[in-house]
Amino acid sequence: MGVEVWPLAVFTVIWAIVGIVGPFVVPKGPNRGVTRVALILTGVTCWLFWLCCYMAQMNPLIGPRLSNHTLLLIAREWGNPISAGH
Amino acid sequence: MGSFFRSEDMVLCQLFLQPEAAYTSIAQLGEMGVVQFRDLNTEVSSFQRKFVSEVRRHDELERKLRYIETEMVKDGFEIPEAPSDTKVPNPRESADLENHLEKTESELLEVSQNAVNLKNNFLELTELRHVLEKTKGFFDEQESSAHGESGKSLIHDEAGQQSTRARLGFVAGVIERERVPAFERMLWRISRGNVFLRQAELNDPLEDPTTGHQIYKTVFVAFFQGEQLKSRVRKVCAGFHASVYPCPHLPEERAATLEGVRTRLADLNMVLNQTQDHRLRVLTSAAKDLQKWTVMVRKMKAIYHALNMFNMDVTQKCLIGECWAPLADLQRVRQALADGSKEVGSSIPSFLQVIDTKEVPPTYNRTNKFTKAFQKLIDSYGVSSYGEVNPALYTIITFPFLFAVMFGDAGHGLIVTLFGLWMVLKEKSLMKIKTSSEFWNILFGGRYIILLMGLFSIYTGFIYNDVLSRGMNIFGSRWINPYNATTLSDNENLEINPYEGYLGTPYYFGIDPAWMLAENKIIFLNSYKMKMSIIFGVVHMIFGVCLSVVNHRHFGNKIYILLEFVPQLLFLVLLFAYMAFMMLIKWWLYGPFDEQRWSPGCAPSILITFINMLLQSKSEVLKGCETEFMYPYQYWVQIACVLLAVLCVPVMLFGKPIYLSIKNKRAQKRESLHGHENPQGIELSEELGLNPEPAKKGMGHGGHDDDEEFSFGEAMVHQSIHTIEYVLSTVSHTASYLRLWALSLAHSQLSEVLWTKVLKIGFSISGPAGPVAIFLIFGAWACLTISILVLMEGLSAFLHTLRLHWVEFMNKFYQGEGYAFAPFSFKKILKHESSEEDA
Repeated sequence: MGVEVWPLAVFTVIWAIVGIVGPFVVPKGPNRGVTRVALILTGVTCWLFWLCCYMAQMNPLIGPRLSNHTLLLIAREWGNPISAGH
Repeated sequence: MGSFFRSEDMVLCQLFLQPEAAYTSIAQLGEMGVVQFRDLNTEVSSFQRKFVSEVRRHDELERKLRYIETEMVKDGFEIPEAPSDTKVPNPRESADLENHLEKTESELLEVSQNAVNLKNNFLELTELRHVLEKTKGFFDEQESSAHGESGKSLIHDEAGQQSTRARLGFVAGVIERERVPAFERMLWRISRGNVFLRQAELNDPLEDPTTGHQIYKTVFVAFFQGEQLKSRVRKVCAGFHASVYPCPHLPEERAATLEGVRTRLADLNMVLNQTQDHRLRVLTSAAKDLQKWTVMVRKMKAIYHALNMFNMDVTQKCLIGECWAPLADLQRVRQALADGSKEVGSSIPSFLQVIDTKEVPPTYNRTNKFTKAFQKLIDSYGVSSYGEVNPALYTIITFPFLFAVMFGDAGHGLIVTLFGLWMVLKEKSLMKIKTSSEFWNILFGGRYIILLMGLFSIYTGFIYNDVLSRGMNIFGSRWINPYNATTLSDNENLEINPYEGYLGTPYYFGIDPAWMLAENKIIFLNSYKMKMSIIFGVVHMIFGVCLSVVNHRHFGNKIYILLEFVPQLLFLVLLFAYMAFMMLIKWWLYGPFDEQRWSPGCAPSILITFINMLLQSKSEVLKGCETEFMYPYQYWVQIACVLLAVLCVPVMLFGKPIYLSIKNKRAQKRESLHGHENPQGIELSEELGLNPEPAKKGMGHGGHDDDEEFSFGEAMVHQSIHTIEYVLSTVSHTASYLRLWALSLAHSQLSEVLWTKVLKIGFSISGPAGPVAIFLIFGAWACLTISILVLMEGLSAFLHTLRLHWVEFMNKFYQGEGYAFAPFSFKKILKHESSEEDA
C-alpha cells in the first residue's frame, strides 16, 4: 500500500488535539459551548480534507505530463540525477 | 452555550404598573432592552390612545430641536455627540427641558426676524447712498452744462432758462442690472422719447436680505417734464421692482443727506454685528446639549409609545401590559420594575406575573459580536422556529470552510486574512465611523466571517498547493524523472509513468508540486476535487439529517425519529454514503501495482458502477481484469443497499400519516367514551397543536383548535410532497456539492491565466526596460488580482457557500417559521432613527 505511517500519524494527531483535546481545555465562560463546537468542527473538517488529498495521491493511476525542460529542471533541482544513454 | 444551540426560552409576563411609576419603570426596561411589549390596544386607533397628547408634545419638541439644528448647520456649527449614558429625564426635568427649548426656539426666531429686518434697512440705506453718490455726478454735469448754456444766453432769457430748468423733474433709484434694457425700452415707449435716462452700474453686488444672494444693481436717474410723466415713470419703476429714493434737488441738501446716510449705515452695521453675536451666543449655548436633548426626547417618545400599548385596569389604579421576556432575564425585569418604583418613591410596588400561553413566543438567539454575523446569515433565510436547533452554531466553521474549499489559494487567502484582521483589531475605532456606504457596512459587519474565511483559505491553499497560482515544494516531491538524457532530448513532452517515476508514498501535505507543473494537472485535480466534493457533501447532508433528531426529541415527537429520520438517513447513507465509501476504497485498492487486477487499467469508474447498481445493468470487463467489482460479494451488497433504500420510501411516505390517523381515531374513541371532558379535549388539542406538520397545514385551512377534523387525505398529500422532495433532493443536492469542485477549478484557472499572461510577460522583458516594465506590469497584475480574484471570486464563493448552507444543508431539518424577538430597547430605537435621518 502506498501509505506511510508517520504523516498519517502526525496529521491525525494534530487535528485530534484540536478537535478532541481542545474542547476539554477551553476555559469556562459564556462562550464555552460555541468554542467547543467550533474546535470539533475545525478538527473534523480539516483532517478530512487533508485525508482526501493524501488518499487521492497514495496510489496514482496516472502521472504528471511535463515538458522535457521541466523534467531536466526537476531532476537537477530536486536531486534526481539523470543517466545518459538509453 | 445552551442558548446558542437553540433559541432561548421565552415567557409571557403580565406587568402591573403603578401609574406614577410606569414612566420610570418603562425607562429602565428600555435601557436594558430585554422585553418585547405586546400591543393590547390593536383595535384602538393611534389617535384615541391614552398617551397620544404626550406623544404629540414630544413630536413638537423634536420639531423644535430640528429647527435649532438646521440653524446651527447654516452657521457651520459642529454639534458634539451625546454621551452614551444619557438618561431619560423624569417628568419634572422634562418640563424644564420643554421650557428651555421653547425659549431657545423663540429667541432664535426673533433674532432671525430682526436680522432680516435689519438687513432690509441696511440694503435700503446702502442703495440710497449709492444713488446719492452717483447722481451727484449727473447733477454736477447738468449744472455745468446748464451754467454754460445760461452763460451764453444770459443776455436773452434768463428767467425763461431757469424756469425751464426748474420744471425738469427726476426720479432716482436702483434697479437690478438684468432689467435695465427692458426698463429703458418701457420708459421710452410710455414717454414717447421724452424721458432722459442716465444710469451708472454698481460694481459691488448687494445682498438680498431674504435669500442671501448677491445681486448686481444699477443706479438710474430719469429726467422728465411735467406731472403726468412723473406719475407714469413712477408706475413703471414700481412695475420693474426698482427701489425709488427721494433725492434732494440742491447740492447742499444732497451732501447733508449723504452724511446722514453714512452715519446711519455705520450705526446699522454695528447693530447687525451685535445681532449676529447674540445669535451665535444662543446657538453656542444650545449646541453643547443639543444631541443630548435629542436623545432624551426620542427616548421619552418611545416610552409613551410603549405606554400606549398598556391597558388601564377597571379600578383605574394600575396599568396592565403584556410582554415577552427571556426566562434567563426575568430577574432583571423584576429588578427594573423595583428600581422604577423606588425612583418615584411609590409605596405600592409594581410587579409582574408569568402567564402560561399556547401562543408561539418570538425566537431569541443571544449573540455576541462574533456570533452575530453568522446568526444574521441564517436569519436572512428565515428566523428559526421557537425551540428548534440553531444552525448558526455550526455555520461558524462550516461556512468559512466550504468557502475556503472553493477559494483555495494561500496567497489570496492571506490578503483576505489581513483585511479581516485589520477590521477586527481596529474594531473600536472603525465602529465609530458613521458612513452611509452600504458596502463598507456590510464588509465591516462580516469582519469575523471574513477573518475566518481567510484563515481557512490559507489552509486549503496549502493543501491545493496553490499560492497565487504557483506550487511549493516543501516536503520533497514524490515524483522523479525516470527518463535518460537521450529520451529527454528526443521528446518534447513526457508523461511520468507511476510505475517508474513515483516513489511509492505520497507528498505529505497537499498536492505534489510535480502536479502543479504538469500539463495534465487538470485531469488529476478534477478527479480528486470531484470526489472530495461529493465526500464533503454527503458528510454535510448526513449531519443535517441528524440534526432533525434533536428537533423531533425537543418537540416531543420521538416516534418521528423512527418514522421519518431513520428512513431518510438510511436512504441517504445506503446510496450516497456508499458511493463515498466506494471512492475511498478505490483510492485504497487501485494503483501502480504489479497485479493486473489492481492496476490502473482495471480501475472501475465509480459513476458507472453507481448507475449499474441502480439500473441493475452490467459493464464490459477488460481482458485481464477478471471482474468489474472491487471487493468480494459487492454485487450482493449493492443489491441489498438498493432494496433497503427503496423500502425506505414507503415508510417515509405512509409512516407518519398512518400514525397520525391511528392517534386521531384513538383520541376520538376516548372522547366519545368519556363524553366531552375537558382534560382529554385539551390533551388532544395539545398533541395536534404541537405537531409541526398538521399545524402548518391547519393554519392554512382555518385554525387548529381542538375540534379540527383530522383529514387523512391532507396528511397524505403533505407527506407525499415531503417524501418526493426529499428523495429527489438527495440526488440533486449531492450533485450540487460539485460546485465546490467547479469554483475551485475556476479560481485556479483564473489565477494561472493572470500569472502566465500578465506577470510572466514582465519577467521575460530583458534589458533596461525590464525593471520599469515589471513595475508597471506588477501594478496591473495586482489590481486584477484584487478585483477579479479576491473580490469577485470571493463574492461568488461566498454566495455559493451560502446557497449550500441554506438549501442543501438546512432543507434537511430546518423549519424557519419563527418571528424574531424585537425588544423594546432605546439603543435600537436611537440607531433606527438616526439611520433614517441619514438615509
